[in-house]
Amino acid sequence: MKLLSTTALSGLMALGLVSTAFAEIKIGASVSETGPAAFLGDPQTKTLKMMVDDINAKGGVNGEQIVLVIYDDGGDPNKARTFATRLVEDDEVVAIIGGSTTGATMAIIPVVEDAGIPFISLAGAINIIDPVKPFTFKTPHTDRMACQKIFEDMEAREITKIGMISGTDGFGASMQAQCKSVVGDYGIEVVADETYGPQDADMTPQLTNIKGAAGIQAVLNPGFGQGPSIVTRNFAQLAIDLPLYQSHGVASDGFIELAGAAAAEGVRLPGTALLVTDLLADSDPQKAVATAYKTMFEAQTRTSVGTFGGYAHDAMLLMVDAITRAGSADSVAIRDALEATSGLVGTTGTYTMSPTDHLGLDLSAFRMLEIKAGAWTLVE
Amino acid sequence: MPELMQFILSGLTVGAVYALVALGFTIIYNASDVVNFAQGEFVMLGGMITVFAHGAGMPLPLAAVIAIVITAGVGVALNKLAIEPARGAPVVSLIIITIGASIFIRGVTQLVFDKQLHRFPSFSGDDPIHIFGATLLPQSLWVMAGALVVFVALWLFFTRTLTGKAILATSNNRLAAQLVGISTNWVMTLSFAMSAGIGALAGVLVTPITLVSYDVGIALALKGFAAAMLGGMGNPKGALIGGFLLGLLEALTAGYISSQYKDAAAFIVILAVLFAMPQGLFGKKTTDRV
Amino acid sequence: MKLSNKQTALVVLAALIAITPLFFPSSYYFRVGSLIFVNSIAVIGIVILAGYAGQISLGHAGFAGIGAYACALAPVHLGLHPAFAVVLGAIISAVMAYVVGRPILRLKGYYLGVATLGFGILVSMVLANEREITGGPDGIQVPDLGLRAIVKTMGLDLNNSEFWYIFSGLALILGAWVALNLYDSPTGRALRALHGSEIAARTVGIDVARLKLQAFIISAVYASISGSLLALQNKFITPDVAGFMHSIEMVTMAVLGGVGSVLGAIFGAAILTMLPQLLTVFAEYEMLLMGLVMMLVMIFMRDGLLPSILRRIRGKDE
Repeated sequence: MKLLSTTALSGLMALGLVSTAFAEIKIGASVSETGPAAFLGDPQTKTLKMMVDDINAKGGVNGEQIVLVIYDDGGDPNKARTFATRLVEDDEVVAIIGGSTTGATMAIIPVVEDAGIPFISLAGAINIIDPVKPFTFKTPHTDRMACQKIFEDMEAREITKIGMISGTDGFGASMQAQCKSVVGDYGIEVVADETYGPQDADMTPQLTNIKGAAGIQAVLNPGFGQGPSIVTRNFAQLAIDLPLYQSHGVASDGFIELAGAAAAEGVRLPGTALLVTDLLADSDPQKAVATAYKTMFEAQTRTSVGTFGGYAHDAMLLMVDAITRAGSADSVAIRDALEATSGLVGTTGTYTMSPTDHLGLDLSAFRMLEIKAGAWTLVE
Repeated sequence: MPELMQFILSGLTVGAVYALVALGFTIIYNASDVVNFAQGEFVMLGGMITVFAHGAGMPLPLAAVIAIVITAGVGVALNKLAIEPARGAPVVSLIIITIGASIFIRGVTQLVFDKQLHRFPSFSGDDPIHIFGATLLPQSLWVMAGALVVFVALWLFFTRTLTGKAILATSNNRLAAQLVGISTNWVMTLSFAMSAGIGALAGVLVTPITLVSYDVGIALALKGFAAAMLGGMGNPKGALIGGFLLGLLEALTAGYISSQYKDAAAFIVILAVLFAMPQGLFGKKTTDRV
Repeated sequence: MKLSNKQTALVVLAALIAITPLFFPSSYYFRVGSLIFVNSIAVIGIVILAGYAGQISLGHAGFAGIGAYACALAPVHLGLHPAFAVVLGAIISAVMAYVVGRPILRLKGYYLGVATLGFGILVSMVLANEREITGGPDGIQVPDLGLRAIVKTMGLDLNNSEFWYIFSGLALILGAWVALNLYDSPTGRALRALHGSEIAARTVGIDVARLKLQAFIISAVYASISGSLLALQNKFITPDVAGFMHSIEMVTMAVLGGVGSVLGAIFGAAILTMLPQLLTVFAEYEMLLMGLVMMLVMIFMRDGLLPSILRRIRGKDE
């Protein structure tokens, strides 16, 4: 008799008819695992999954297991909004991570703000957190910060006239606009401004025009995906003897491989600690976190770690930290705890949030990197 | 002047890529009146399979041959499993079937391989060749030569061989072709195999320049389709010239007018050509049967 | 009283829209429902163009883009109320359809396909490139329609998904009513004659060019309104709405469901809108299955899902 009832009970549990005895925390995610922004979403999905497994294996948060409900929005804002609605209304998650692209993020924001669900975006644009919205946070540096970091470096090298060649995808176009809006603060002038399509095969016409611009001293390429690799190769093909700056959009070992070590020699870009874990001083607070994530990611996926996966890592880290401090899985409590995040060390930087700052990073977390002999080095 | 030369070389490189894709469209269209929107996936498969075969330790030429053979097999399967059973369906249904096939192939590819970008080394190194102050990568010559060789081979095939003429006959009137003893099933199988093989060859040639990932096919198919229509669908000469024209248009627009609107310029020219010549530059005039 | 086919179709549609919410476990289902309605409106346009007149378009998302961005831009730049922005979008779409349609519609088959494709790509390119005005590829906010607030003052407090379920449901019924009436009108009959054989239609004195153009303009207006409703509902829009994939989606929905009939096309829109939501269970197999469904339906149910299913049911009755 007892055996029978046990069997019946486990059968019901398998069908999901009886709620399981142990409590769980449901966190939702909508990321671009496929589609044109898969470069971002694919490592992010993998990162979120492996972190949740890791956290649960170590006993969960506040003794409760995390359940991750993850959807692939393909980078389509309309889908992202539908999935956000689904996460909030149907899956009844307590918090959401996601929006790999700015477009997807902007589509999710009205849903989470309406429902009062804390949301950590993985996208770059500054208007996600400026003006501050009560429930919306983000982990990546803004495009503007990347531009500022690059221009600081140019200023130090006494570069005053630059050319820009930007991708026409969301990432490239947004960074192009941000860079042009702050470039004047550094006494730098954009003397050539070209673009290319995300699937283009050859950028030599644009680079030829840039090369011919009067007085040009350096070139900046905001973009992600294959574009920057092709730009870098074309740059070498045309033997343009100027410093080339890439964006954080290609901050991963994959870029050096695709562009080729010879063509990529001397390329500079603002990256995170993740790429140079070996070069960090032992005293560097980020060394432990970045090394741990890099080791885990590369062991499990056998692909090289990148900045974008790191954003998802930090989002989950922030979320778990907030839930731990809140001591409950209540959405508003999590939101309040997120806003009170202080000195939390992630792979991207050290986060200190406030009611007026829902990003909590400054420029110091960006490191200017240079490719030398096929490897990343720190620019001092 | 070196600028102009650079724009032209860039246009020829990109144009050769489009021409190769457009030539692939031509064969299937000639045999079956189907525009195969999965043509870009053949290019993608050619690149991806070569990357992974090469990565598994095979020498590059062997990996490329394997990629072409496998992709040709995929083409035959596409014909047997999806196109043949749908014979006689309207144009829209066929468009949807081939787009469905392209989504399916992409779905399988990202499962079997991955979603990363890949590349393998150029065939003859990366030292640029200097021509009148402009530069060209040796791989571009490979792609241009590939497009020309495929074109000449196709032209000879369709005009000089019995099989080639059988394909044209099948396209013209299927029933009549069967009556004169042409095995139309064999013709269809052959043309899908050839089309897919040419697509895969294109993939092998262009990957060192354009890089490859599971989702590069759509953009290539769209450009190849546009090039083929510009030249006149079904005509290898049209595909070749359409491809190069499209590439040159993009490069010259990017060089002289606006890189932002280079794709727009290409489509505006296509629209203008079609308004003036509704069958494309080299398309044959057809009359409707009532 | 005997209902005509047309009335039956409308009654069935209205009943489905009204009754299904009783079974909705959460308001997420209202969201999916409203997306089905919005897509259906665009797809009815395709029925008029492809099903009635036999012309294909691979660029109708361009009109959806015009409708959507009219709602985002007109209230800000022209001070128009969003409701009038919908009308403005429809007018711009109609004018564009007239201008583009006149030369384009002389083309046939795949040539018409590539020309419409080109038009769609041009629209999405302008939306993505003119960042200063359109916000670029990252998209732009769309002002609130304000109707939900008005409904609230009338004592009916609906959440966003519920409101848009009702509102776009009503819009769909209206759109279906117009399309069904068109089908029975002299214009509709002439269009169908045209679909049968253009030359035959011409010999009996039908002004083929004008008729095709009319169908093109009407379908453009449907696509435009669909885009407007999507923008207003999401309060945010990106150039994806005008993209090639969205054009293909519209055509696929129509053809999959049955391009010959309004109900069939709506059925197709419902299936293809729900499918990705159902396929999330299969995660990485989603793309593969989606492609498979498209191929299988077109191979084995050539007239589309609804007509094939109905035929099977009737076949058993007989």
